[in-house]
Amino acid sequence: MAASEGTASEVMEGRSDTPGSEALRGLRDTLPFMFGSIPFGVIFGTLATGAGLSAWQTMAMSLFVFSGSAQFIAILLLGAGSGLWVVWFATFVLNLRHLLYAATLVDHVRHLSQAWRFPLAAFLTDETFAVMERRYRTQGGGPNAHWYYIASCIGMYLNWQTWTFIGITLGQEFPDVQNWGLEFAMVVTFIGIVVPLLTSMPYLAATVTAGLVAVIANPLPYKLGLMLAALCGIVVGVVLDISKRGLK
Amino acid sequence: MILGMALINLVIRWPVYLFANHFRFPPIIERALAFVPVAVLTAIIVPTVLYPGDGTVLNLSWKNPALLAAMIAAAVSYFGKNLFATIGAGVVAFLILRWLLPV
Repeated sequence: MAASEGTASEVMEGRSDTPGSEALRGLRDTLPFMFGSIPFGVIFGTLATGAGLSAWQTMAMSLFVFSGSAQFIAILLLGAGSGLWVVWFATFVLNLRHLLYAATLVDHVRHLSQAWRFPLAAFLTDETFAVMERRYRTQGGGPNAHWYYIASCIGMYLNWQTWTFIGITLGQEFPDVQNWGLEFAMVVTFIGIVVPLLTSMPYLAATVTAGLVAVIANPLPYKLGLMLAALCGIVVGVVLDISKRGLK
Repeated sequence: MILGMALINLVIRWPVYLFANHFRFPPIIERALAFVPVAVLTAIIVPTVLYPGDGTVLNLSWKNPALLAAMIAAAVSYFGKNLFATIGAGVVAFLILRWLLPV
């Protein structure tokens, strides 16, 4: 095969964009994140029952809240004897980043019906955002791109329920699951997404700023450091971008 | 509590899509949105790597397997330009380094 024809997978990807093949690709591209969230699901299941939630409450939280970071903070706060309002406030602050995610992807779902937009919004997680942002950037939209998106959502959702359940039932028997190193799959996947994006000075500066602030601000409670770091990175990136290209 | 958390999540995640047809973001915001992925993902990566374990102690030493493995993954990503190679190299490097460099 001539080199100009591209790899087999590229040829395959260019060939079909039916709902089914889009969904399969969405699921495939979400797989690393599904593996990466296994320890979080198991640990959540184990910790939540230890923090005083019943098995049903633990399962209900994964089913209805479906937000790993908020769920972890909630059981952490519960264990520390915090009140309801503190838990709700932490949930709100922690998930403000989803506003940014939705705003980043909204151009690609604008044309869809509300019946599609609702699940695509409700099931948008860090992981699916990372997968979708990459997909729209590298391959663009496409008539059935929302099948790719919903497959990523469903994959993450079912995966989270499965491993929460396993955490509840079997978690006690694998107390060292935190040490398996599976969560590192999530970190390197994010690295693999960020590095190719660092194509110009503003992006590099935004990344360095976000990283530095994240380290300095790490001791702040409720993961406020994450928000602060992201905001500082974005501001630095925009300022440099505007000084380089002007506004417009 | 659970119901409240579920509602709060929905209130944050849904409105942007719900009202997508009725407003557009001003150019400066659209410019800023381009930086969201690198800024947010970096803000998640860096503390996870530099504060291993319970997340309270900063570990900048070369004996931090997560730090070394993250640098290897970044190098593979930069030169290899392949996501799956990056993930594979990063995870394998992490497991080997953690075994070689016991805390």
